[in-house]
Amino acid sequence: MTGANPQLNAQGQLRHFLTLDGLDRAQLTGILDHAEGFLSVARQPVKKVPLCRGKIIANLFFENSTRTRTTFELAAKRLSADVLNLNISTSATAKGETLLDTLRNLEAMHVDMFVVRHSDSGAAHFIARHAAPHVSVINAGDGCHAHPTQGMLDMFTIRQHKGDIAGLKVAIVGDILHSRVARSQINALNILGAAEVRVIAPRTLIPAAAGEALGVQVFHDLRAGIADCDVIIMLRLQHERMTGGFLPSEHEYFFLFGLTEKRLASAKPDAIVMHPGPINRGVEMDSEVADGPRSVILEQVSNGLAIRMAVMSTCLGSHNLSGQAPATEAAHD
Amino acid sequence: MTDATAVHPTHLSILGARLIDPASGFDQISDLHLADGKLLAVGAPPADFHPEQRIEASGLLAIPGLVDLCARLRQPGLEQKATIRSETRAAAAAGITTLCCPPDTQPVVDTPAVAQLIRQTAEAAGFARVLPAGSLTQQLAGEQISEMAALQRAGCPVLSHADRPIASARVQRRALEYAATFGLTCFLHPANASLAEGGLVHEGRLSTRLGLPGIPEAAETVAVARDLALAEQTGARIHFRGLSSARATEMLAEARARGIQVTADVSAHQLFLTEEAIATFDANALVRPPLRTETDRQALRAAVAAGVISAICSDHQPHEADAKLAPFPQAAPGISTLETLLPLTLRLTDEGLLPLPAALACVTCHAADILGWPGGRLQLGAPADLCLLDPNVITTLDAEQMLSQGKHSPFLGQPMRGQVRQTFLGGCLVFDRKPQTP
Repeated sequence: MTGANPQLNAQGQLRHFLTLDGLDRAQLTGILDHAEGFLSVARQPVKKVPLCRGKIIANLFFENSTRTRTTFELAAKRLSADVLNLNISTSATAKGETLLDTLRNLEAMHVDMFVVRHSDSGAAHFIARHAAPHVSVINAGDGCHAHPTQGMLDMFTIRQHKGDIAGLKVAIVGDILHSRVARSQINALNILGAAEVRVIAPRTLIPAAAGEALGVQVFHDLRAGIADCDVIIMLRLQHERMTGGFLPSEHEYFFLFGLTEKRLASAKPDAIVMHPGPINRGVEMDSEVADGPRSVILEQVSNGLAIRMAVMSTCLGSHNLSGQAPATEAAHD
Repeated sequence: MTDATAVHPTHLSILGARLIDPASGFDQISDLHLADGKLLAVGAPPADFHPEQRIEASGLLAIPGLVDLCARLRQPGLEQKATIRSETRAAAAAGITTLCCPPDTQPVVDTPAVAQLIRQTAEAAGFARVLPAGSLTQQLAGEQISEMAALQRAGCPVLSHADRPIASARVQRRALEYAATFGLTCFLHPANASLAEGGLVHEGRLSTRLGLPGIPEAAETVAVARDLALAEQTGARIHFRGLSSARATEMLAEARARGIQVTADVSAHQLFLTEEAIATFDANALVRPPLRTETDRQALRAAVAAGVISAICSDHQPHEADAKLAPFPQAAPGISTLETLLPLTLRLTDEGLLPLPAALACVTCHAADILGWPGGRLQLGAPADLCLLDPNVITTLDAEQMLSQGKHSPFLGQPMRGQVRQTFLGGCLVFDRKPQTP
């Protein structure tokens, strides 16, 4: 399995969507452009397109998530696919059913696509490796590895505000070590030509190899890190980081890395503030910032739908509808 | 009679092979004569010697049977993965005649009964000599030291704690002291328990990219530093099993220069692979200690070339297919390596790291010396443990063709030079491959 990109088919088209790492600018731009076309679907009286009619998409969520699962479900329904929602958590495995058994059962029901969320890094790769040839796999978040649709919807949101990713300075603040969202964002920003990607956190939350391995500039001071930035992305801080000994307290974290209006002054005047949600108000940022004019947090949520429609239809199209454009009018210029 | 051997000639001659005895430096084309299970003569046979069989071996290498310092056979207790019979049969086919197995069976090798069970099962199978390492502590729990003298009498040449580090430095100290009382070498897998806890792969570039929990280099160096200090303090003889980092090789070289009684080995795969092997979450590259960086790999090779690391072992860990059919973090670490030990050792010579006799010494006499075992050499009057191989045959490693019950290998599909033709254990033919028709 090493060497070739496991998410592309023999023709080099996207079959799975597992990680942004290894994809190129044209592929990412294609998905963003494709998603633009889907924005208008939400404004139509009939909010559906027939692109995936007759397809079965199974949401396999081994980890609880209401918001991500809901947007995937809605995206699939807007593409006219049939949707199965399986909250597997640990109950199936507790009964002795292995992950592969679960997969084989669903394949027997002629499922065309698995949308997978799992707490293990590499779970989506594993499922893709063992999936039947007609099945596509979308990674909806695997461990600390990747959350590529989240990364793409963030790029989509940035593009709406800044026109282009190329040339931007972007700062990502928080728990880089454990964040699959950050890894996908960093991949996407570098692929799309951002001028500088910065990560800002104490040393316990940034892997020592981050600079070289991820292609980022490392900062440990918030004000210096966000200076002159066009985009500031705040990551969610999990409570486990205190019990795990990565941080002494939420209080000290906010004191050093919490985003306030005052600190935001060192970024560019038109800088936007993002957060993948849900926000810990008073830990990652002040409510004043979260609800303020620079915040684009709610737009991220609505854009998630268009991106997921684009990714799902692209992957299903790679072996069934190849070459077929979205049935809606493309809104991009 | 055993499973492995049917009726066999008691007197035979192996004619025209290139004989290499890494221990003595002997390396020339000659004849070997075996009588009653022992090596009788090299060159011309005694006048009254009448072999029942003559083996024409020109073009082949005749070398001592390999000695492997760490191979898990999974019996007793984990027979779903492998058995002593299945793995010693694979060993014989790979030219390995002596294996030391770590004590992490179920039950643990912490009583003479378990050690004897393993030895007797291996003797009954008859494919290879199996020397069980006794556990340093009872139940491998790292608390109460084991009955080491009894284990020694039951045939454990060394003691080990498998890959479960003893967390308490005080227990480690006492275990080393008590072992030293009986002159027993202690095999230590250097990994600091709390630093390695929860880790899966080398902490570095790939762990950062893939979001996998890392095992920092310091997990190894902290353990090496502690154990070297304890060896110096107690005068115990220690052997580091499976080094993985450049820094640890430097510490080892310094300690040896200072006269501390310490040896070390490296798993063969560590000399060929780096963390890059996990780039697509390939569970066949999930091993402990983890594959580290190119710098580490080069340092390990340099340490082997310099003799600082004196042995190369398989660290064979056969698993059933299901053990790795899970997302990467849930897959069982360890790979099946008996059948790649000799080809990978020959590859070191192909790549110019070591001359052939020196490379073979790492898997024969040097390994035997670490065990305090008299084998691993071609010695007149000693049991004839021999491997006859064709160095020019190149095969592709194929899971279907592997004899081990474990089929997981990061080398599948790769060319492997060196095919074992025949293996003799105490003069008995325990493996015989018919030459393939071209």
